[in-house]
Amino acid sequence: MSAEVNYDSLIPNNVDLASDVKLRRAMEQWYPKYLDWWKQMGPDGFQDCDVYLRTAVSVDREGWAQFGFVKMPDYRWGILLAPREENRTIGFGRHMGQPVWQEVPGEYRAMLRRLMVVQGDTEPASVEQQRFLGKTAPSLYDMRNLFQVNVEEGRHLWAMVYLLQKYFGRDGREEAEALLQRRSGDEDRPRILGAFNEETPDWLSFFMFTTFTDRDGKMQLESLAQSGFDPLARTCRFMLTEEGHHMFVGRTGVERVIQRTCEVMNKNGITDPDDIQAIRRFGVVDLPTIQKKINFHTAVTLDLFGSEISTNAANSFNAGLKGRFREHQIKDDHKLENDTYPVAQVVDGEVKVLEVSALSAINARLSDDYIADCENVMKRWNRVIDEHQIRYHLHLPHRAFHRKVGEFSEVRVTPQGLLISDREWSKKYHDWLPSESDLEYILSLMEPSLLPGEFSNWIAPPKAGINGQPGEYEYVRLVA
Amino acid sequence: MQEIEAKLVDLDFRTEPNSYHHWKISIDGELAFLEMDVDENVCALGGYELKLNSYDIGVDIELYDAIQRLRFEHPEVKAVVIQSGKPGTFCAGANIRMLGSASHFHKVNFCKFTNETRNALEEASKYSGQIYLCALSGAAAGGGYELALATEYIMLIDDGNAAVSLPEVPLLGVLPGTGGLTRLVDKRGVRRDLADVFCTIEEGIKGERALQWRLIDELIPRSKFESKVREKALSFTKTSDRPNNEKGIKLNRLDKKSNETKVRYPFLTMELDRVGRTVTLTLEGPIDDCNNIDTAKCQGGDFWPLALFRAFDDALLHLRFNEPELGTLILKTNGDDSEVSSYSSLLEKNSSDWFIREILLYAQRVYKRLDVTARTTFAFIEPRSCFHGLLAEILFSVDRSYMLDCDENSDLEDAPNISISPLNFEFFRMANGLTRIETRFLGEPESVDRARSLINKKLNGSAALNAGLITFAPDDIDWDDEIRLLLEERASFSPDALTGMEANLRFAGPETAETKIFGRLSAWQNWIFQRPNAAGDESALKLYGTGRRANYDRKRT
Repeated sequence: MSAEVNYDSLIPNNVDLASDVKLRRAMEQWYPKYLDWWKQMGPDGFQDCDVYLRTAVSVDREGWAQFGFVKMPDYRWGILLAPREENRTIGFGRHMGQPVWQEVPGEYRAMLRRLMVVQGDTEPASVEQQRFLGKTAPSLYDMRNLFQVNVEEGRHLWAMVYLLQKYFGRDGREEAEALLQRRSGDEDRPRILGAFNEETPDWLSFFMFTTFTDRDGKMQLESLAQSGFDPLARTCRFMLTEEGHHMFVGRTGVERVIQRTCEVMNKNGITDPDDIQAIRRFGVVDLPTIQKKINFHTAVTLDLFGSEISTNAANSFNAGLKGRFREHQIKDDHKLENDTYPVAQVVDGEVKVLEVSALSAINARLSDDYIADCENVMKRWNRVIDEHQIRYHLHLPHRAFHRKVGEFSEVRVTPQGLLISDREWSKKYHDWLPSESDLEYILSLMEPSLLPGEFSNWIAPPKAGINGQPGEYEYVRLVA
Repeated sequence: MQEIEAKLVDLDFRTEPNSYHHWKISIDGELAFLEMDVDENVCALGGYELKLNSYDIGVDIELYDAIQRLRFEHPEVKAVVIQSGKPGTFCAGANIRMLGSASHFHKVNFCKFTNETRNALEEASKYSGQIYLCALSGAAAGGGYELALATEYIMLIDDGNAAVSLPEVPLLGVLPGTGGLTRLVDKRGVRRDLADVFCTIEEGIKGERALQWRLIDELIPRSKFESKVREKALSFTKTSDRPNNEKGIKLNRLDKKSNETKVRYPFLTMELDRVGRTVTLTLEGPIDDCNNIDTAKCQGGDFWPLALFRAFDDALLHLRFNEPELGTLILKTNGDDSEVSSYSSLLEKNSSDWFIREILLYAQRVYKRLDVTARTTFAFIEPRSCFHGLLAEILFSVDRSYMLDCDENSDLEDAPNISISPLNFEFFRMANGLTRIETRFLGEPESVDRARSLINKKLNGSAALNAGLITFAPDDIDWDDEIRLLLEERASFSPDALTGMEANLRFAGPETAETKIFGRLSAWQNWIFQRPNAAGDESALKLYGTGRRANYDRKRT
């Protein structure tokens, strides 16, 4: 046994790690493998740099965001759960009103484990997807944000692994191991969900990913934060405090790209946003290409919600394991046995909205809430365009556009929601989705800017720096 | 008719000849006569009369007791004649009113128990040197004829009237429930077309034709019936290897104390958890040394293996009939493991002695009873357990076994171990004719040899796991959670699906008459019992005796 490492001081925690034998042992077996994984699959080439990172050392106001320089492998990945609410009861499903479970109910062991494994699998996946981005960072500020997102995804993996190891015995340990063995995009052992096997080859993709896909993460965490299994609920509630920053990085990232494009257009007298050639001559990303990226990332992310009509989702809701978005604010009986919910489906060659059993429409409802959240993002981006008096609006594509999972996986639909034939699709899809040349163009812009205060041409500097520091702060101390 | 809840009349399986209502044992030298004379006013569940020597669970409990006692208390008895005390009637089979009104779970368990009793009777003929014959002095219908089929020699009175019959299909719309169909074609080799004819004739077949079709072995004129029966029985004693000058072993009334949450026997305690729907059976090891067979015989019914298996047997029956909702049986042992080993070796070394042979056969029957008990069975191997030899067999009967694994850092005193002995390879056959270890390793015969090489070695958790002798070996850190989750998860599944799944998985390997009787027949019968054609208000079973004809749903599956 290698009991020499003082894990309690190494790992900020509020789960009484020092006296929890089971957890300590799991840690001893898993933690070194996690570090190996991080060194192998984490940010490539920057492991020895000091990075200005936020670390959560406790869940209170002072502790959850402590800033300082740290080398990523030395990052103190903590195990932190939101404080326990006394007398909390299960808020939905067939066990509604009963006290929440502090231990895994045997009846739901398999279902819960699956929920956690799927959630847990997404966390390391995005680190893997983003591991080469550091080399093309448009600024030290952005590089630092990337690494912040990465280490926190690592912590979120750790949070799910904590639950697996603490509550699921041997099975849990095996699943925790497997989380380190799957690899994003690997042919033999891919990550579980499709979107997490897509490449993140460039920074625009990274910002889109953190805007759209991390927002799915938020929705999932919000639903799990309602769980009747209290340790899961508390874990997810605390993860949500960090997830906010990830979406901020994404939303403001795209916003800064739009801002820069608009500035360049104005400065050079380009009024037609569709004059792609003219715009690209100045080395910025034209708005139609941004729209295509939005289309792509929205569609891929909507697939992550699973089938709109889903027995699995109904089961886990009914069992009290996974609720709806902000379940406690919803005004209904929280059991849904006799309720219906409108779900868009393909009927006779048209997209129609039909009422289906609310229990089986849990996923549809969560994706509706997600879309509403994304619409707010669109408003903010469009405001930037409006401020520059350019006549162009970005839109979310229709939910049926370019889907691989669920009600619309078998049909071709335009971003406006019209069903079209395969032939029409093959003629038009490059108007809606980034083409090879679009992607090549974006890639061609990815020249790093690694001096403090320097920003690549295609992106505007942020309005403010991190933790009150100026934008030109040396957020990452590169080693020669 | 209202369903009778068996729970209201907690069934007691303990009885003795002095308290019998329905049977009489008379011993005559090497012969015993087991006479059925059912008191129609004494029924176990209430609400029906046991006319024409028909039987219910109460009658069969006495038969079961009688067979047990003949084996243990009468080493000198080499042949047993089953006969009737009612003129003109042998036995009319299971009571129809009782079948029509009993709850489903009672019916299934009633059938199971009567089958086990008939199998035990067959086993006595085959392996105990106590050969059963049947003297039919009158009509033997349904279960009555099936009882006869379980004996080695069937004699029918030739009075122009007495017939054997299996009238279940034409009369009641159900099946013969105690192996009749299987024994007809499998054991007696009755041609299947003739069997088909026989099974659809309500009044059955008598006289010469019964003999020609091999439904019986001998037809005896009325005047010579008694003397011929006796003569035949005596001729069977010649083939028996039972001793002449041994004293019988008295089976005293089993001491059983119970309350809402606990049942206590000598060497066995059951703790009932009605919330978690589990029962923990703890089998205790011996409390004194016994290294020779004379001491064993002296101790008689108190001899540890016998006392323990009597308790184990009764406990299983108690749970089956009186605690239908306790779905998971947790089997534990507690005691000095080396003592259990030495008792095991005593049994093995003296297995040809009649008394020890009876104990080993009894243990075999109880393990079979555990195999066919429709409950989830788990063994938990914890500190102070003694799963050695005789008791290690439990590990191969249960659905899963969990053994606490202790690494080198833990207190060795506490580390549980298991140990297998030749008993596990020779003596306890399953219904399929194989040992449980052979059945367990059907897909990896080399593992049987490997297990054999581990005989009498003490195996800790990892060693037992490596040898495939247990299912899982969680350590002390995981143990509580693993066990809790296991039990909670199991309790959440459908009881019917579990029963079906477990029974399917338990009996790998070849078919025998016995597996056919349990597997095929009880599955069909249970299906038929649930169908409207048997259970509905228009069914033959329900309408029996009302003069109304059944109205069947005519669709074949």
